[in-house]
Amino acid sequence: MSMKMSLFAAICRQHMQLAWRGGQTVLAVSFLFIAVTLLPFGLGPELKLLRALAPGLLWVVLAIALLATLDRLFQADFEDGALDRLMLLPLPFEAAVLAKLLGHFLALVVPLLVSVPLAGLLLNIEGARVPLVLAAMACGAPALVLSGGIGAALAVSVRRGGLLTVLIAMPFYVPVLIFGAATARVALEGGVGIWPYLGVLAALSGAALLLAPWTIAAALRSALR
Amino acid sequence: MSDVLSDAEIGARHGLSAAAYGDARELRVEGLACTRGAALLFDNLSFTVKAGEALLVGGANGSGKSSLLRQLAGLLPVAAGRIEMAFGAPDQAVHFLGHADGLKNALTVGETLAFEAAMAGCALPAQIIATLGLGARDWQFVGDLSAGQRRRLTLARLIIDPRPLWLLDEPMTALDTQARALVDALAQAHLAQGGMIVAASHEGLAFAQSEIRLGQAMEAGA
Repeated sequence: MSMKMSLFAAICRQHMQLAWRGGQTVLAVSFLFIAVTLLPFGLGPELKLLRALAPGLLWVVLAIALLATLDRLFQADFEDGALDRLMLLPLPFEAAVLAKLLGHFLALVVPLLVSVPLAGLLLNIEGARVPLVLAAMACGAPALVLSGGIGAALAVSVRRGGLLTVLIAMPFYVPVLIFGAATARVALEGGVGIWPYLGVLAALSGAALLLAPWTIAAALRSALR
Repeated sequence: MSDVLSDAEIGARHGLSAAAYGDARELRVEGLACTRGAALLFDNLSFTVKAGEALLVGGANGSGKSSLLRQLAGLLPVAAGRIEMAFGAPDQAVHFLGHADGLKNALTVGETLAFEAAMAGCALPAQIIATLGLGARDWQFVGDLSAGQRRRLTLARLIIDPRPLWLLDEPMTALDTQARALVDALAQAHLAQGGMIVAASHEGLAFAQSEIRLGQAMEAGA
């Protein structure tokens, strides 16, 4: 493994360790289950209604669970000087940013996705449809993390900037949610013609992957000045 | 506790030789100015630090000592003037130890040191905890360390990763007599190998040969 690769892996690993020890992973997964458990109480016991709403509800809950983790994405590193450190490494700052985003994805999004089958059960999603719903979420979730990172980076110098982060990230979340919920709906109806939907979600994630590291790195650089 | 080693011992322990940093080392600063917001912190600042030299930057609070170090590390934009580093870019050649230590409370001492080694791309030196005189076990959480122990832990990267220019912001803060001697020994060993140091401090530093004071020129001009 080259030096740059091992640097990248070390940064990613540290971010995962901190997310896990800080309880963020447990909190995010708990939030998902609490929300999914409470929703049927609010919506009433109509199974058909629940099933019709389930895809959209799952996406919204996933998005909110992720939004809640965003303010810790760069804030702690900004305050304790670790970002200075990342800028003085023989690794492009953009790559260091990407390593942290990957760590965030592995530590938070993957556990959330693993919980989706069980959460789907609580919302009356048939077991046979779960893989397609999950595929849609796996295609769209990177876009949520990456674009959320832009919000987190722009608000990084604001103390208690959690709400501001959410406000900045919100517009980026809209297209992902629209296509995500639509994809999940197609998946529930049997999954005929789902590929274009998955393609759009993957394209959104791909575009975010191309743009986010540079945008985030630029925002963090200017915040450090 | 005999955790303070001589310069030669520290150098030998980490396999550094006199040629460790290569040739043509010189930090040259010409006509440097720094602004924070609308305020001009310093202007027309020029100095040269040659291989084996340490420069002490003095001055009152708010005179721009930390900002100067951040400029040298490439973390702050240069308002005017030039910084020349013939020996390499800051991301390869500079250690910056600032007020914010970047340590993570939720990690253990061992994990922190392993991370430092990964950042340097080399194996962790044996006995590093003893060298630092940390007085802590590697399974202890960084959040449980005292201020002085944290400070000692930040020194680890100076030992693990040899870089020619050290930028030290108040290096003696929170350190006891032994730890001060350790910083001094590390600095002397670094200089003996042809390294350079720019340190900001209110107090005198034994390893610094020359000193500049920020803020005086502006006070005189006012």
